Amino acid sequence: MSADTTAPTRRKPTRRWVELLLLIMAWGIGLLGTMQIGWVSGEGMTTRLWVTAGVVGGLALAAHITIRIVAKYADPIMLPVATLLTMLGLLMIYRIDVASARRAVLSDSPAPTPDVYSQLTWFSIAIILFIAVLVLLQDHRRLARYTYTLGLAGLVLLVLPLVPGIGTTVNGATLWIRVGDLSFQPAEAAKILLTIFFAGYLVAKRDSLAVVRTKFIGIELPRLKDLGPLVIAWLVSLAVLVFERDLGTSLLFFGLFVAMLYIATQRRSWIILGGLLFLVGAVLAYYNFAHVRSRVTVWLDPWAYADTGGYQIVQSIFGLANGGVLGAGLGQGFPNLVPFAKTDFIVAALGEEIGVTGLFALVLLYAILIERGLRTAVAARDSFGQLLAAGLSIVLAIQVFVIIGGVTGLIPLTGLTTPFLSYGGSSLVANWVIVAILLRISDRSRRPAPVAPSPDEAMTQVVRAV
Amino acid sequence: MSRQIRRLSFVFALLMVAVLVNITLIQVVNAGDYRDRAGNQRILLAEYDRERGPILVGADPVARSVETGNTLTYLRRYSNPRLYAPITGFYSLIYGATGLERTENRILNGKADIFAVDRIQQLVSGRQPTGGAVTTTIDAAAQRAAYLGLRGKKGAVVAIEPATGRILASVQAPSFDPNKLSSHDPAEIREYYDKLEADPDKPLLNRPIVSLNPPGSTFKLVTAAAALSSGRFNPNSVIPGPRTYELPLTNRELRNWNRRQCGPGGKVTLRDALAISCNTAFAWLGNELGDDAIRDQAELFGFDTSFELPLRAATSRFPADPDEPQTAMSAIGQFDVRATALQMAMVTAAIGNSGRTMVPYLIQEVRAPDLTILQTTEPEVFADALRPSEALALTEMMVNVVENGTGTNARIPDVRVAGKTGTAQTGNDRPTVAWFVAFAPAAAPQVAVAVLVEDAGAEEVSGNGLAAPIAKDVIEAILERR
Repeated sequence: MSADTTAPTRRKPTRRWVELLLLIMAWGIGLLGTMQIGWVSGEGMTTRLWVTAGVVGGLALAAHITIRIVAKYADPIMLPVATLLTMLGLLMIYRIDVASARRAVLSDSPAPTPDVYSQLTWFSIAIILFIAVLVLLQDHRRLARYTYTLGLAGLVLLVLPLVPGIGTTVNGATLWIRVGDLSFQPAEAAKILLTIFFAGYLVAKRDSLAVVRTKFIGIELPRLKDLGPLVIAWLVSLAVLVFERDLGTSLLFFGLFVAMLYIATQRRSWIILGGLLFLVGAVLAYYNFAHVRSRVTVWLDPWAYADTGGYQIVQSIFGLANGGVLGAGLGQGFPNLVPFAKTDFIVAALGEEIGVTGLFALVLLYAILIERGLRTAVAARDSFGQLLAAGLSIVLAIQVFVIIGGVTGLIPLTGLTTPFLSYGGSSLVANWVIVAILLRISDRSRRPAPVAPSPDEAMTQVVRAV
Repeated sequence: MSRQIRRLSFVFALLMVAVLVNITLIQVVNAGDYRDRAGNQRILLAEYDRERGPILVGADPVARSVETGNTLTYLRRYSNPRLYAPITGFYSLIYGATGLERTENRILNGKADIFAVDRIQQLVSGRQPTGGAVTTTIDAAAQRAAYLGLRGKKGAVVAIEPATGRILASVQAPSFDPNKLSSHDPAEIREYYDKLEADPDKPLLNRPIVSLNPPGSTFKLVTAAAALSSGRFNPNSVIPGPRTYELPLTNRELRNWNRRQCGPGGKVTLRDALAISCNTAFAWLGNELGDDAIRDQAELFGFDTSFELPLRAATSRFPADPDEPQTAMSAIGQFDVRATALQMAMVTAAIGNSGRTMVPYLIQEVRAPDLTILQTTEPEVFADALRPSEALALTEMMVNVVENGTGTNARIPDVRVAGKTGTAQTGNDRPTVAWFVAFAPAAAPQVAVAVLVEDAGAEEVSGNGLAAPIAKDVIEAILERR
C-alpha cells in the first residue's frame, strides 16, 4: 500500500479510444448477426431490429461514457468483451424466438411472447446498475467496511429460496424466489456479496490462517482451530446442494472459497484440504442423493439414457455435431431442438449455428475477460482489491468452465447460467455488476496518484492507509 | 499473492483448453458419427424443413410435399400411392428413402450440383433450398392398365418404348402405401413397416426390376435369336421336335408341355417350334448352338449387366458354364437362367426395335424449382443384338405365336401383335410363374411389355391365360392414347 504514496511522474494513457473502437466493432458484429437472422427468417431488417440494435448500442455507449467520466483509467478490453457476449446472447435468444414464432404460425397456436425484449430490458437494468456501481463506488475499498454485513446478506440470499412462499422450484432445483410477477435468482447476487465477504474476511484473517501447525507426510497443515471457516463453507455448500438441489451453485461457492483461501494464505495445503473435502462431499452426495447420482451416470454414458436423463446432453451433442467446423449458419440450424436452448444450453445452440470456429472465439472471449480480471487482481495496489478482483474473475471462470463443460459432456451437467449469454435477468445484471467492480479496481490501480501532492497530503495519506 | 493468482490462471487456462479440445472432438472429430446416430432428427429435419420437389408422371405430381403445422414442416404425400410405389418408393422418418425418393434425393432436395447457380443465391440470401422436380417416363394409362390387370394376382409388369428404352410402366402386385411409411407418426410407420416385412408376398420388393425368375419359354426368343444370328438357321429351317428329348449324359428325358411331338415325324420348322413353344426343338437347338452362343446373344439383350434406371435393377443371368443337359434346359429358360421382368421387356423391345437394345431409363427430365428444364435424358443404344433382317424374321415368328400359336389371348383387332408365352418352375415343387412378352404394332412397335404372374398353374397355357390379357391391356392403353 506504499504504492499510493509514490507519485508517478508521467501521465498514463487512458486507452478510452481503444475501448470505443472495440465497442463499435462488437456492435457491428452483433448487428451483422441480427441482420442475417432477419434475412434468413424472411422478416428482413424491420424497424424493430434497427431500434433494438440502436438501444443496445446506446446502452453500451452510456457505459463507455460513464467510464470516461468516473473511471477513465479502467481496463479498456472488458467492456467491449462483455458487450459482445451480451449481444451474442441477445442474438441467440432472438433467433430462438424466431423459431418458436414460426412453429406457432404453422401449428395455428398463439404466438409466443418473444423473450428478446425482456432480455433487452434486463440489459438496460444491468447497464443502469453498472453505471450506478461505477458512480457510487468511487473506491472499492469501501466495500471492505461492510464485510460481515454483506456476508450475512449473501448467506440470507443463498437460503432465501428455501423460505416457503417465496421460493420456487424450477426443473427440480429450488433456486428462484418469486415476488408477485418478478422472479429472481438470489444466488446470482449472493455470489458477488459472498466474494466481497471472502475477500474482506481473508484479508483480515489470512495471517492466522497461514500459520503452520504441523507437517503431515510432507504437507503443511493449518491449525485445527483455523479449519472452522473452511468447514463452514463446505457445510453451506452441501446445504445448498441438498436443500436447493443446486449442484452448480454449490460447486461454485466451494471452489471460489478454496481458491481465494489459497490466494490469501499462499498455502497449498488449503487446496489439498479443500480437494479432500470436495471428494468427501461428492462421494456422500453420490451415495445419498438420487439427483446427484443420476447426473453422474448420465455423464458417464449419456447415450444409454438418450431418451430419459441423457436427453438434454444428447440433443446438445447432436446440435454441436450438426454445426461442424463452420456451423449451420445463423438462423439455419435447429437450436430449438435442444431443451433450455435460451438458458443452460445456449452454448450448444450457438455452437450449432456458428460451429467450432465460433465456439473457439466465444471461449476465447471469456478467457480474455477472465484474464483481464486476473490481471487487474495482480495489478491491484491493495490486498482487498487483489483478492476481490481475483475472486470475481474466478467466479466467472468456474461458471464458464462448469456450464460449457457440462453441456458438452466434459463434466457432469449442473445448472449454472452462462455468463452474459443466458436468458435471465439476475444473471445478466450480476455479471455486469462484476464487470463494474473489476473496472473500478482496475481504474484505481492504474490511476496516477494526485500530481505533486503537498507533503501534508502525502502524510495524511500514509496515515490513512496504515 | 500474485504468484498464487498466476498459478490459478494457469489452471483455468488448462480447463479452457480441455473445454476446447472436447468441443473439437464433438464438432469435428466425431461429428459424422453423431450425425448418423439413431434419434438424431437433425438431418431428417433439415430435409423435411424445405419443400421437396415433386415426382411427376406427365404433368401430374405423384409424389409431392405439402406444408404441415408441425416441427416437420413438410409432409410427403403420394397420389395413387400403390400404383406408383415401385417408382416413387417411400420417404420415411425411420426407414430412410427408397425408389426415386432415394436415388433422386439430391435433386428433390435441391442439393445436386446442377442447382449450383441457385445455391449461390441461397448462400447469399441464406434461404433454404427448394427442390427440383423429377419427371418420369411413365405413361399413366399404361401404368394403370397394368396395375388393374395384376389386381388380385402376384407379379410384375414392365413396359418399354422400344425405340428409346423409356420405361412406360413398372407395376408390382402386391404393392404398398408409401403415404403410411412417409407420415410423421413413428408408431404408425413402424407398425405398417413391420406388417409389410412380415407379409410372405413381400410387398416391399420392387418386383418389376429386382425379382429374378426363370424366364421359361419366353427365353426361347433369345435362343431363336441366337439361331438366326448364327446364320445356320432361318424361320423355315426344319429341326427335330420329338415327343421327348433325351438329355445328354443323363437318363432323364425332357418332354413337351403337351406331351406330344411338335410336328409330323418329330420334325418342325423353327417358326412353328416357337409358335407352339416346342421344348424338345429348342433344347436340341441349345446344344446345337452351344451355351456360349446363347450367352453371347443373351448379353447383347442386357443379361449379365446391371442397369440403373436410376433405380438399381437386379442383374439377369445366364449360367456361366453349363454342361450339355444344363445347356438344353437353359435354352428353354430353365435351369439357372434368371431374368427380371425388365430384362424380358428389354429382349422383346430389342426385337421390335430392329434388333437394337436400348438402355432402359425412368427419368425423362429434371426441372429446377422454377420449372426450367435442367437435364433431359437422351436415349442410348446398349447393343445391336440382331441384324434388322433377323429381327424382322423373329418378329414375324412372334406374330405367328399370337395369331396361330400359344399367345392367342393377346390378339387385338386390326393390330399385329408379336408375343411369346412362358411358364417356368422356380424349383422342385415350387410354384410356377407365368410369363407373357409382346410388342405392337409389329411393324413399328410403340410398346414392348413383359408380364410376370407368380404362383400360376403348371401349364404353358397359363402364360396365355393369365399374363397375355394383361399385356394386351397395356398395349391397348398405349395405342389408344396415340
